[in-house]
Amino acid sequence: MAKTASPSARKARATGRRSPLASVSLLVIGLLATGGAYAMFTTSATAETSSQVTSMVSQGQKLFAANCASCHGMNAQGSSAAPTLIGVGAASVDFQVGTGRMPAAATGPQIAKKAVQFTDSQIAALAAYVASLGPGPAIPEPQYLTGKGNVATGAELFRVNCAMCHNVAGAGGALTQGKYAPNLHSVSAKHIYEAMLTGPQSMPVFNDLNITPQDKANIISYLTYLNKNPSPGGLSLGDLGPVSEGLFVWIFALGSVVAITVWLTAKSN
Amino acid sequence: MTVDTTAAAAAPATGESDLPPTTGTRVTNWAANYIDERTSISGLVKELGRKIFPDHWSFMLGEVALYSFVVILLSGTFLTFFFQPSMAVVTYNGSYAPLKGIQMSTALSSTLNISFDVRGGLLLRQVHHWAALLFIAAIGLHMLRIYFTGAFRKPREINWIIGFVLFILALAEGFTGYSLPDDLLSGNGLRIINGMVEGIPVVGTWIDYLLFGGEFPGTAIIGRFYSLHILLLPAILVAALGAHMVLLIVNKHTQFAGPGRTEGNVVGSPIMPVFAAKAGGFFFIIFGVIMLTASFVTINPVWLYGPYDPSPISAGTQPDWYIGFADGALRLVPPHWEFMLGPYTVSMNIIIPILVLLVLLALVAAYPFFEAWVTGDKREHHIADRPRNAPTRTAIGAAGVTFYGVLWAAASSDLIATHFMLTVESVIHVLQALLIVGPFISYHVAKRICIALQKKDREVALHGFESGRIVRLPGGEYVEVHEQLSDYERWKLVSFDDNAPIMLRPNKDGKITAGARLRARASNWFFEDRIAPVSLTEIEQQHHEHAAVES
Ligand code: HEC
Ligand code: HEC
Ligand code: HEM
Repeated sequence: MAKTASPSARKARATGRRSPLASVSLLVIGLLATGGAYAMFTTSATAETSSQVTSMVSQGQKLFAANCASCHGMNAQGSSAAPTLIGVGAASVDFQVGTGRMPAAATGPQIAKKAVQFTDSQIAALAAYVASLGPGPAIPEPQYLTGKGNVATGAELFRVNCAMCHNVAGAGGALTQGKYAPNLHSVSAKHIYEAMLTGPQSMPVFNDLNITPQDKANIISYLTYLNKNPSPGGLSLGDLGPVSEGLFVWIFALGSVVAITVWLTAKSN
Repeated sequence: MTVDTTAAAAAPATGESDLPPTTGTRVTNWAANYIDERTSISGLVKELGRKIFPDHWSFMLGEVALYSFVVILLSGTFLTFFFQPSMAVVTYNGSYAPLKGIQMSTALSSTLNISFDVRGGLLLRQVHHWAALLFIAAIGLHMLRIYFTGAFRKPREINWIIGFVLFILALAEGFTGYSLPDDLLSGNGLRIINGMVEGIPVVGTWIDYLLFGGEFPGTAIIGRFYSLHILLLPAILVAALGAHMVLLIVNKHTQFAGPGRTEGNVVGSPIMPVFAAKAGGFFFIIFGVIMLTASFVTINPVWLYGPYDPSPISAGTQPDWYIGFADGALRLVPPHWEFMLGPYTVSMNIIIPILVLLVLLALVAAYPFFEAWVTGDKREHHIADRPRNAPTRTAIGAAGVTFYGVLWAAASSDLIATHFMLTVESVIHVLQALLIVGPFISYHVAKRICIALQKKDREVALHGFESGRIVRLPGGEYVEVHEQLSDYERWKLVSFDDNAPIMLRPNKDGKITAGARLRARASNWFFEDRIAPVSLTEIEQQHHEHAAVES
């Protein structure tokens, strides 16, 4: 929306950076950002990567000034329109921008998902910039995102921690005042992890003491399992439970039965 | 088409044929005689065989319910072979990966085994549950048919009551069955029942402990519900169903008005053999619809819900549709209705909805007696009313359906909110308002529609319908030619009862009691803006006028 870069310029930039190096550097940035406060990390960074980081941060800063500063302030210090982003970490930016929530559009009860507005590398740059402002949760490591954890543990944790808002099958649910917990069926593993880590909007934060990274991986594995395996019973009717079952029985089952009775008793002429 | 007059017609000859008897027919004849000599069953078979079944589609809804029930019995029996109604805790070790190693009750673990490890088990679970939903939906529609055609009037009031009992039993069967798997969803339903029982003043807590065998959830409830679900309730249900059918045979069916159809006969196919053949086929159609649904559509995925545990709850937790109206009543209660009476909390937020539901059900059960009292009608009725010809009854029915419908919608208030991008609060507020205002609006709208349709019928019966053909009369005037109805068609439009409000008259002691006054007023309200059916003289008079125009 409030983007200044012209489409062609964006495309050029995008193609220029969609190299394997981008994801590697993204990873490195993530790690660096988490450890920003820890001297150990900074000292182990090589001169080469740190120069890359600096260039990303400066690119991120430019993107931020053009697209985000109107709400979050020139230095991400926050304004009356939006909270400060100092210390929210790369994970939060990656989630918010990567799912299309940011830059926020029309105000409503809840900032909704929409088409993603930036390329992966632009998102990485924005994340690097925000991460450089203060230590915060980093982008999760791929080892937790494989979907190969323990699905049973994940399912149980999901029922206990998430189902009250997102529904047992991840079909989503209503909250108060028009807010809602979204459907989780097509959310990527990385974004699930980041959602737990950063607690967007009305969602609580599940930090690593609350749910360990391994258990987060288990939850992700369960959600991945649900996405990959169709319901053993046939059509799932949106996983909405008895309401959709009731509608189905009245409209389709009883409806076809009534149609048949009408046909059977119709005069043969 | 056969006409079954109440004055017995000669029974159709059986067993006679021009063909020489084959070995097969000799054996059947012998068997038939053998059985008849020992049971005198042929009288019953004759009576049954001559029972007539009218041929309007809405008369088949009861059958739909009956056949779904047969499917429920068959599939339920299969489930009993594998289901274990115990709340003893076990570690699940079946083939559904996301529950492996999880602790759960034996009830849930056996339900999961039925679903994943018993051949055909999941299909039959789904058959049982879909058939249950269809069963109760068919009962509901069947009841509406009875209501709106006035088929509950004398002599069928008792059968209305039995039907009502069947409906309640079906709800109880459904609820107990839904609770059996002891999964998270149904456990939350039980939790609500537990809360409602505890909300009853004074005795609530005692009853609750009695029901659950101690503190909720305890370890007894599944076993108890199982006894109710497969033993006691089905036994009563089958008995009531039997009585329902016997009364149906004794009273015969109602039928819509038509030439040759009178209060003294029933026109349609006799049960034997035409109807029996049709019914047999129809059973398989219902069976087929249920089977198809169960094969292709998931119902009650307990594997997603997981074991019951009092702490978690899922968003979008709802009961099966037939309990929805009760859930909706609880959801529509405004906040802050509970208050303290000394050291006790009086939970009006629970007591009021319970009362509303009980009153609603009581009104349904009592309606035939109420209407008989209001109209003072003691005649027998075998001709079904067209809904438009009883505007007040139809309007009351519309109001009742609206009230029920709003409660029902309220049970899915959260899903309405998320799916139509509304706030839950506004959905609840609108439904609260509709619950009160909606029935009045429906009442008036339905009544106006009925009266308008009656006026149209009257018009058509007297003047025929517009043919679209314009002719110019010799005097230069243009008129549209009206096509007259055939006598056959007109019959349907004009044959209904002309009811008049009860006149307020002193009784034999010369007094007017308060009861009589109330009744006269009620009767007046019931019939105030009725439209009289077209009379024979009116038709004849009209014919003369038309004839005059045409010549
Ligand atoms: C129209 C105003 C607006 C714009 C433009 C905008 N944001 Fe936001 N942003 C908000 C608001 C409001 C919130 C707070 C949402 C909430 O939690 O209720 C927010 C929250 C966030 C958060 C989450 C903060 C946290 O606490 O975890 C991040 C990260 C974020 N924005 C990043 C961005 C980025 C990056 C951009 C630019 C691409 C951007 N925003 C553009 C209004 C905006
Ligand atoms: C209090 C209710 C609540 C709980 C509990 C909760 N969430 Fe959420 N969740 C939300 C809301 C509200 C959003 C939407 C936030 C937004 O749009 O910014 C959300 C968003 C998400 C998203 C992003 C979905 C998308 O479409 O991008 C994921 C993934 C997610 N939650 C996972 C979880 C998991 C996993 C848990 C349990 C560990 C959990 N949530 C617990 C309310 C909740
Ligand atoms: C009108 C009658 C009945 C209704 C409405 C009804 C309804 C239900 C419902 C909704 C369930 C839950 C099924 C699920 O999804 O898991 C259920 C379970 C069950 N029913 Fe019935 N039922 C009826 C009669 C019977 C009868 C007569 C039997 C036995 C002969 C029976 C045996 C069972 C068993 C064993 C279960 C538990 C198995 C399981 O949940 O998988 N039911 N019933």
